[in-house]
Amino acid sequence: MDLIGSRTIAASTDVVWQAILSADVLQACVPGCTEMSGSPEDGFEATVVQKVGPVKATFKGVVTLSNMVPRTSLMLSGEGKGGAAGFARGGAKVHLEAEGSGTVLHYNVEAKVGGKLAQLGSRIIDGFARKMADQFFENLQKQIEGPSEGDGNETAKKGWFKKLVS
Amino acid sequence: MSQGIGAPVKRKEDKRFTTGKGKYTDDIRMENQAYAAFVRSPFAHARVRNIDTSAAMVMDGVIAIHNGAELTGDGIGNIICGWAITSKDGSPMNMGAWSALATEKTRYVGDAVAIVIAETKAQARAAAEAVDVDYEELPVAATIAAALADDAPQIHENAAGNIVYDWEIGERDATDKALANAAHVTEMDITNNRLSPNPMEPRSAIATFDEAEDHYTLYTTSQNPHVARLVLSAFYQVAPEHKLRVIAPDVGGGFGSKIYIYPEEIACLWASMKTNRSVKWTSDRTEAFLTDAHGRDHLTKARMGFDAEGRIVGFKVSTKANFGAYMSLFSSAVPTYLYATLLSGTYNIPNIYCEVLGVYTNTVPVDAYRGAGRPEASYLVERMMETAARELGKDPAELRNINFIREFPHQTPVIMNYDSGDFEGNMRQAMEAADWAGFAARKAESRARGKLRGIGMSCYIEACGIAPSAAVGSLGAGVGLWESAEVRMNPVGTIEVLTGSHSHGQGHETTFAQVVADRFGVPIDSVQIVHGDTDKVQFGMGTYGSRSGPVGMSAIVKALDKVEAKIRKLAAHLLEVSEADIVIEDAQAKVVGTNKSLAWHEIGLAAYTGHNLPEGMEPGLKEGAFYDPMNFTFPMGCFICEVEVDPQTGKTEIVSFVASDDFGTIINPMIVEGQVHGGIAQGVGQAMLEEVRYSEDGQQLSASYMDYAMPRADDLPNFEVLHHGTTCTTNPLGMKGCGEAGAIGTPPAVINAITSAIGNNDLNMPTTPAKVWAAINAARIAAE
Repeated sequence: MDLIGSRTIAASTDVVWQAILSADVLQACVPGCTEMSGSPEDGFEATVVQKVGPVKATFKGVVTLSNMVPRTSLMLSGEGKGGAAGFARGGAKVHLEAEGSGTVLHYNVEAKVGGKLAQLGSRIIDGFARKMADQFFENLQKQIEGPSEGDGNETAKKGWFKKLVS
Repeated sequence: MSQGIGAPVKRKEDKRFTTGKGKYTDDIRMENQAYAAFVRSPFAHARVRNIDTSAAMVMDGVIAIHNGAELTGDGIGNIICGWAITSKDGSPMNMGAWSALATEKTRYVGDAVAIVIAETKAQARAAAEAVDVDYEELPVAATIAAALADDAPQIHENAAGNIVYDWEIGERDATDKALANAAHVTEMDITNNRLSPNPMEPRSAIATFDEAEDHYTLYTTSQNPHVARLVLSAFYQVAPEHKLRVIAPDVGGGFGSKIYIYPEEIACLWASMKTNRSVKWTSDRTEAFLTDAHGRDHLTKARMGFDAEGRIVGFKVSTKANFGAYMSLFSSAVPTYLYATLLSGTYNIPNIYCEVLGVYTNTVPVDAYRGAGRPEASYLVERMMETAARELGKDPAELRNINFIREFPHQTPVIMNYDSGDFEGNMRQAMEAADWAGFAARKAESRARGKLRGIGMSCYIEACGIAPSAAVGSLGAGVGLWESAEVRMNPVGTIEVLTGSHSHGQGHETTFAQVVADRFGVPIDSVQIVHGDTDKVQFGMGTYGSRSGPVGMSAIVKALDKVEAKIRKLAAHLLEVSEADIVIEDAQAKVVGTNKSLAWHEIGLAAYTGHNLPEGMEPGLKEGAFYDPMNFTFPMGCFICEVEVDPQTGKTEIVSFVASDDFGTIINPMIVEGQVHGGIAQGVGQAMLEEVRYSEDGQQLSASYMDYAMPRADDLPNFEVLHHGTTCTTNPLGMKGCGEAGAIGTPPAVINAITSAIGNNDLNMPTTPAKVWAAINAARIAAE
């Protein structure tokens, strides 16, 4: 299954690029991620708790970044083993394009599942993967841009970038 | 009322089945019972790099965890296929190694790599989840096409190109010539969809090792406990036969899937020795989808040639059969000798040629499922006939009628020799019951309501009563297919019949007793049928291929002949008359023309006291027999299905279904009708609802009842089941067998009806509403 989408982020390609390479940002963006450690060079170790249809599982796995062309494109891959639930694997080809002062982030996501997840949840995997991808990039946008203006406490809800530069 | 042959008596076994008192393998509890769970591969094709059991071993209740290296290290042999098929070029089939626990590679999702033994079922399962297997994923071939591609991964080292065998039957040149000279040739590509067998009771096993006696006992869900013992001993080296007792108690359906000896039974037996505990395992439903042998899964190209009058001149078939990841016990025979030998159908076809390519894929092993090869043959032949009739502009009944075989015995070009039948008689009976002549008016009435109506026919034939031992031996079978029986009359006159057939829903406890009642006039309640235990019954080949009637009951008849002969001799001696004057009826030995007689218990007592026996007669009344059939039997029939399709939604409703079968002699018409109902339901399931689906990376996507659609009562109409029988000439009771007929004859009747309704012949099973809707619209667009 392939999902293609794009999202316009109010930040430069440089800022978006830096955000994607951060373990903290990734942890905040991967839906259900409870732990994330590591570096862009060595890859990240992650723990993700998710419920797919009737199957709830804790996935332990790795997130790797590859084919990195700074400020332009990279491949973001995740692979998790969920014990008896089976396994889940996803990859996103990300391409950044400057547009005015902002960045258009194009993504092409591919997801695969196996074991019990496939046996019991195959009907809902496509929808689930779309939801996961949408959430991930929405979270990424929020992390970078921060909450929309006038949305309460400025300091507490500053985005990742604003925290970084303030 | 008579309880003999032909009486519709109620089933003796239903008292326990309908009151929840049946005793199935999972109901059995042993003194020191532990539970097994299997660690299964989530990948369809992977190298096993490491199995880390450290976290699992320390969990609560865990007794042991064993892997494939230990199993093979203990000398447990690989699982075998028992029917040797030879390829066109004379080479033997390529049987890939199948260890009960995978050693180096896993080859389908569900392939077991380790067995976990724990105190409770939950503990065993939890620990199995904690076993950390390091897999190296390998490329996957989940379909026939993927497995035959140039860059396909090799699933077994000894099977180049993933080919199991490349087999042929019939005369290629003569068939080619006949087709070249034909006035019309019908060509079709036919897919036979992959099915999961779904018996109501999932598979289960409980194995016990007796250290003091070096003896094993296995309770298991088997259709043939003696065959299980034979292969467990001779090939899997679990224990010698005299040190292994296999018991198949009440078994809740099999449909073929419980013929085979699976990895789980082998592993449980071995683990019971390793742990010195009784080891029990019961499959859950998803495990059943992942490990029970699947059925069908053929891709076929076929050409059938006709002369100017519509007579068939030649039939050429090329089939690719999916074997799954390993060769299951009878897998090799299903797409060859149980399939291609029935390609003559009910028709006089002078030239037939069939080639079959067996293909490994990274899927569950495929083997016999209700009908086993014959549904595939029947579907092919009957779809071809219907399509040819449409192309030739002939009435499909008329085209069949001019091609029917009418003289018997009839030797087909593909081994089978039909002994009897009245094919037109069955067709006429079904057409009358279905009001074939009134269809046009019903179609018009449906059209007025905006619905599409169609009618379809199939005139199936199948080979049952498998099978003559010498014949199947010459075709590669590793066993003989006779049956045994022993009839024991007790001193008080009650009778026990020990049979090598196995009842798992068929009603043998009733029908077999009816054969005895018919012979002696005893009530069926005084006859007990004993089966399913290798310590009680000497040997037997089990129940499949509709063989329990024609073969199993024939063995009983032979044993009854011997008992009757002894009773006559004994009674003549006691009554001081000649044997010729003795008749046995109403549970008495009577002297013709007098009022002298012996009551049944008097005969039994005389035999067992031995006080006054004829010169040279041994005491007791117990006789055994082995019956080896002289031919297959050939049940046939005509099914007519009428459907109404909603063109807006593609939803199909079966509005009537008529079956006219020829089963030869019928012992119990009520039970036979039940068999036909069940078979039709499964046939409708295949035609309209059921299909095992895999993703291209070999994940089974239909492994629960949320995704695998079983037929339900409201999917089915009220069946009209008729009988128009001829007597089978090759067994003593004249029986043909009825267990598989419904599943064999139904799919083509249903698809012929639906394709006739929608005016598009390009439709594959199962006919989901989405597919039917698309086919309706494709036909509409093509017409515009």
